[in-house]
Amino acid sequence: MDFNLTEERQMLQDTLRRYLREQYGTERRNEILASDTGFSSDIWAELAELGVLGALFTEDQGGFGGAGFDIAVVFEELGRAGVVEPVLDSALVGGRLLAAAGKADMVEQVIGGAIHLAVAHGEPDSRYDLDHVNTTATDNKLTGRKAVVMNAEAADHLIISAKDGDTIALYLVDKGAQGLDIQGYPLLAGGRAAEVTLDNTPGAPLDLTLTDFEAANRLAIIAQCAEALGAMETATALTKDYLMTRKQFGRPIGTFQALAHRMSDLLIEMEQARSAVINAAGYADDKDADLHLSASKNLIGRIGRLVAEEAIQMHGGIAMTQEYELAHIAKRIVMADHRFGDTDYHLERFIALSAA
Amino acid sequence: MDLSYSSEELAFQEEIRTFLQNDLPKDIAEKVRLDGDLTKDDMERWHAILNARGWLAQNWPKEFGGAEWSAVQRHIYDTEAADAHAPRIVPFGFSMLGPVLQKFGSKEQQDHWLPRMLDGTDWWCQGYSEPGAGSDLASLKTKAVRDGDHYIVNGQKTWTTLGQFANMIFCLVRTDSDAKQQEGISFLLIDMDTPGVEVRPIILLDGCHEVNEVWFTDVKVPVENLVGEENKGWTYAKYLLTHERTGLGGVGSSEAGLKAVKRIAKAANHNGKPLIENPHFAARVAQVEIDLRAMATTNLRIISKAAAGEAPGLEASMLKVKGSILRQEINDLARRAVGPYAMPFASEAVEGANDRIPDPLDAGPVAGQYFNNRKLSIFGGSNEIQRGIIAKVTMSGGA
Repeated sequence: MDFNLTEERQMLQDTLRRYLREQYGTERRNEILASDTGFSSDIWAELAELGVLGALFTEDQGGFGGAGFDIAVVFEELGRAGVVEPVLDSALVGGRLLAAAGKADMVEQVIGGAIHLAVAHGEPDSRYDLDHVNTTATDNKLTGRKAVVMNAEAADHLIISAKDGDTIALYLVDKGAQGLDIQGYPLLAGGRAAEVTLDNTPGAPLDLTLTDFEAANRLAIIAQCAEALGAMETATALTKDYLMTRKQFGRPIGTFQALAHRMSDLLIEMEQARSAVINAAGYADDKDADLHLSASKNLIGRIGRLVAEEAIQMHGGIAMTQEYELAHIAKRIVMADHRFGDTDYHLERFIALSAA
Repeated sequence: MDLSYSSEELAFQEEIRTFLQNDLPKDIAEKVRLDGDLTKDDMERWHAILNARGWLAQNWPKEFGGAEWSAVQRHIYDTEAADAHAPRIVPFGFSMLGPVLQKFGSKEQQDHWLPRMLDGTDWWCQGYSEPGAGSDLASLKTKAVRDGDHYIVNGQKTWTTLGQFANMIFCLVRTDSDAKQQEGISFLLIDMDTPGVEVRPIILLDGCHEVNEVWFTDVKVPVENLVGEENKGWTYAKYLLTHERTGLGGVGSSEAGLKAVKRIAKAANHNGKPLIENPHFAARVAQVEIDLRAMATTNLRIISKAAAGEAPGLEASMLKVKGSILRQEINDLARRAVGPYAMPFASEAVEGANDRIPDPLDAGPVAGQYFNNRKLSIFGGSNEIQRGIIAKVTMSGGA
């Protein structure tokens, strides 16, 4: 048993943390949030250069990591800094799907930061269900609508699920393909997504099954849990500082027991959250991986909400302002629950898998 | 014990319903239903419609042009108005300053300011909180120094709701720096067009502009704009806060919100069935509804006491705490119900930006509202302050 990071992962964490501390402060982030594209190409190029994108892939795939803990380390730091660049969707999920499909050339471009991807699976009434696909594929022509597709506008290629007969298959659709319509919009927690409609749009079938998609989705859950954890660390740190510096009634408000105890509760729950992320990363390849992942996603959803709400409440009005760092961080935390299955979804799945 | 409305109250309810059905502009109601930003014109239009009916200043005595409704009547209106998606009446003049002027203002002040509130000449905002004086309001630093016929005001107020629309602000200012904190405060009415007043917007985390900073630099305020006596402002402020807290239970809003959650959850699909049929989600909704039913009766019990002439003190604090928690829980359910569609950012800040925001469940910006309504447990005396009041009153015999 060893709860320490390996030397390589420790270096990755240190490097990324230092880089983001220096380059991704509140002011820079607010500029990025207000930009038309919703992310910075410079930051993206630098993340590639630092090897952050490569750390999401195994050596076989051309990277130098790719395990649950590599992913957790990267996303915890991205979460800590409230990064809005689409690392999760474009590089991790998109890249790993292409890797599984044997598209080595494209994976190399992903790792180098040269191309962007988007993964279009969810549909307007599929909610978080993975096997609910109404988009159809006939002779490799796709027709249907995909909902809240992250990074769709910036993507050079979209990976799109569709039903060919009774089988859900994945297709590669290029930017600008015929019949592809992308209606983009900003997201509450930063970045952009789009509604994507396909009308007889040509797609190249990828050598992937729904099982491959589920495997990529597991990585996404680890990443999303770790990202939320990082953001929760920032929220608790900001709150702790605020309680020690903000004075009302002639003393720091953290000296009022009513607040001190609530801060203590948050710190207790944060340890639980950290363990949940370790469970998610550590059991990623276990035979009961899905059970562990649902447990973690449910716990992060619950504790995330608690941390976001308590952090705002203990700050008071200042945390309600868009400019203050916590506002963005709290939105990242809560919105993480709306991806890859929310608290309730994973509670149900945990119940179903435990009973099995 | 009888839980039903009297026949007079039922007739009143019917009258309100008919009025809302006929006179509430449809475009305004639709904005309220989807939590869109109301313009100044929207709010003024609604005020004028209510005023024409004599229902704008619902709690004021008739002698001042009010409707002089009982607490039960006001409750009936609030419930029906929330259900019909009527905008709330901007409270700063009618619920806050009005009652203070009626109790502590001079005859001249009453005659001058009250009719102007009713006919919409003045739009009031509240200058209480400061960057360093939030929960600890009495530590406020904005200074007013007497200079002949004027006070010279310097300082900064913050969280000034709808200050961008206001032409008048009522302020708590420090007029005696040597006295004990609460004893050196005065209550001043300030024309915002006076040189030296500057309003700066604060954008909230959901992108809305509803609060502001208001800065005062050598602002000259005529002494006749002092309400009551100099250095007695804290007494008036406390009186006002009691008025502010009643109605903060927001039962009507909660009921309307819960109805919306059920509608959304009926339209939302989960594993091929409506979400509302999902046992986990249904249990969450039911739990809130059970709490809300009890809270509606708690609210009515307190209202009956108030109608019998007892001042709501402790109960107002209790209603505020419980009411804000329930409303926030309902906002949480609404954002859960829409699933991935909680993520798009609907902002009125950029003209036309909302045209592309997908809303297949016709839910409006529920996630933005979830974040925005975190304010409910912060403003008007945070829930921690309210709990402090409850503890103080019940365990040491006085606030």
